[in-house]
Amino acid sequence: MDRVLIGDNQFFGINHMSEEKARGQAIRFRNLSAIIAVLEAAYGEGIKTFMCTTHERTAEVCAHFRANRDRYPDYKFYPCMPYAHKYANAATEHGVLGAIRSFLPAENAFGALLSGGISLARKDMEGLAALLIDAEMKVFAGLDTPVILLQNVATDFLLGLGFDEAFRIFADYVRDRYRAEPGFITMNGPRLLARLEKIGIAQPIICTNINKIGFRMCGDVSAYEAMMTHGDCRLIAMSVFASGALPAPQALEYVCRFPRIRSIVFGASSRSHIAQNRQLIEELTASGEAACIAR
Amino acid sequence: MYKAAIIGLGKMGLSHLSIANAHPDIQLRCVCDTSRYLLDVLHKYTGVTTYSDFERMLREVELDCLFVATPSKYHANIVAAALERNLHVFCEKPLALEPQTGYRLAETAERKGLVNQVGYHFRYVAPFNEAKRLLDRKVIGDLHHVRVDAYGPVVLRRKVASWRSQQSDGGGCLFDYACHAIDLANYLVGRPVAVSGTVLNGVFSDSVDDEVYSTLQFAQGLHGQLATNWSDESVRKMSVSMSLWGTNGRINVDRQELQVYLRSPSESAEDLVPGWNTRYTTDLTPPVWFYVRGEEYSSQIDHFVQCIKTGSAATSNFRSASDAVLVASMMRKDALRQGTRIECAPVNEPPVEGKRSHDSTLEFPQLARSTPGLRTTGLTSLPERKRGFMEALFGRSKHG
Repeated sequence: MDRVLIGDNQFFGINHMSEEKARGQAIRFRNLSAIIAVLEAAYGEGIKTFMCTTHERTAEVCAHFRANRDRYPDYKFYPCMPYAHKYANAATEHGVLGAIRSFLPAENAFGALLSGGISLARKDMEGLAALLIDAEMKVFAGLDTPVILLQNVATDFLLGLGFDEAFRIFADYVRDRYRAEPGFITMNGPRLLARLEKIGIAQPIICTNINKIGFRMCGDVSAYEAMMTHGDCRLIAMSVFASGALPAPQALEYVCRFPRIRSIVFGASSRSHIAQNRQLIEELTASGEAACIAR
Repeated sequence: MYKAAIIGLGKMGLSHLSIANAHPDIQLRCVCDTSRYLLDVLHKYTGVTTYSDFERMLREVELDCLFVATPSKYHANIVAAALERNLHVFCEKPLALEPQTGYRLAETAERKGLVNQVGYHFRYVAPFNEAKRLLDRKVIGDLHHVRVDAYGPVVLRRKVASWRSQQSDGGGCLFDYACHAIDLANYLVGRPVAVSGTVLNGVFSDSVDDEVYSTLQFAQGLHGQLATNWSDESVRKMSVSMSLWGTNGRINVDRQELQVYLRSPSESAEDLVPGWNTRYTTDLTPPVWFYVRGEEYSSQIDHFVQCIKTGSAATSNFRSASDAVLVASMMRKDALRQGTRIECAPVNEPPVEGKRSHDSTLEFPQLARSTPGLRTTGLTSLPERKRGFMEALFGRSKHG
């Protein structure tokens, strides 16, 4: 995994601090060209991985990168699935099973299963998961997707439920079918790590909120810091600026302290911000490594 | 550990199931739903005991508390059965479809000393609570106007067949969506004493309302407006905001941000300066023990557990939830009545009382004073019209 990844919240009108800012961003990025300009600026700064939700508009971005493969030969996508609001809104309309059914291909054996069949063998769960994952992955056809992540609403919902088998089914399928590493986004980092260890998913890739003010680091900040220091996992830190509540140097200094944080993902809208963050991360990472060697 | 069960495994029921199951003081004993497939999957992969008959479940399983998240029309019966068995109850909103039913349930729960809570989760959103704290301290002085808005993408096309599209089942924007905005206004400024000028309109739905607009009259001269529309695709998810105007300033608040404008410093909030002050959810919201889809969903369940532990009343209880049903019912009555409104007459014609206007006339639904060129309808006599703007606007004590 690269040290720095670019995220997509800013493109799709998601800002955890202000609805007004979110709307402003949604307006600014309503055209694909505005999104591509930012991704190109990031690429120019050496950030070659786009971590993105399977939002409806992701298809447009993927199409651009597919059509221009020569310009970005080493570009990678980390798909994060599913786009939860799509399912949540469909569930309000069609019920939970109806929502799942509405995202399956028209002709498949599982629609009938959901309507009343009671086949619960693992292979059926696997088959259902495969169809849903394939549906989400369709837009990434022909692109490099070395890590595929389960979105936090799905991960945390399953974690609370104790539906551990689902994590294994997701991990197995992503490895077998897409030759990709499975990853898990969560707001409950330490709890998830403990659970994944228990079910034998070794050194998992976990993407979770990590910031100096403890915003959405649920469970306990000290448990997070223990995980970030010596947990047997590969962490992607997100929400490092706590949606803008923290200035960049202070925010990045905190995350660069911890050895288990492999990657940092952030959303930025201008080249100067991207460049500043990348440079800070490089400097802080180098000085952190130097400090480790000295110790 | 409190032994719990959940009835109804739709979107909210599953969300409660995940959060409650992760709570250190809850032992989830069983779940109940009508979907055999869902029950079988949950039983096989999480080991939970399942029922498809709630009465049998209540008879067979020893419980301390019950979460109810069925379609709205079943709430009241299930809650009554749970109270009968002395269970603490957390029920999804709306508590009931009629206010009297809700108040009866509130009385029973209160009499038995059982914790009773309803899932009005906006009461657990930190910026709204901070706004309430400032309002209770009169930081922006005496309130004179309040506005509450709720928009979201729920019904975006025609022919949606579910219980949400049946008014008799508790469907429609008013009972299923606007009730959040109503409850939030009740929480922050108190229950309105009257409503008027209510518009219920179907945007895409034929048999239920997709948007609700209403004018609210509170005690002590405070008035307000409510606007909700669940057919708005421009927002990603339900977006609720409030603006409040007082003699010393203004508050704008939503789930992410609290903006306070002060005319002069307030002794009750020394950290706020004259002019605009902004505070964000990132500062106001403490982390929860477990997060699935927003701190408020976890906080409300933890609050329920803490209330059982301490024997205290929940912030969002059956009584306050019945108040929300009462206001929603007032709005429905108001929208359906042949009401007080002023209609536009052709230019140069004197006002005519007591007649309906023709289709070709422009309508000014909430102008209550006699104005040249406007016709009044529904005002029966001149003295009545002279009672003043507010009374005419809000009608007689029809809905008090």
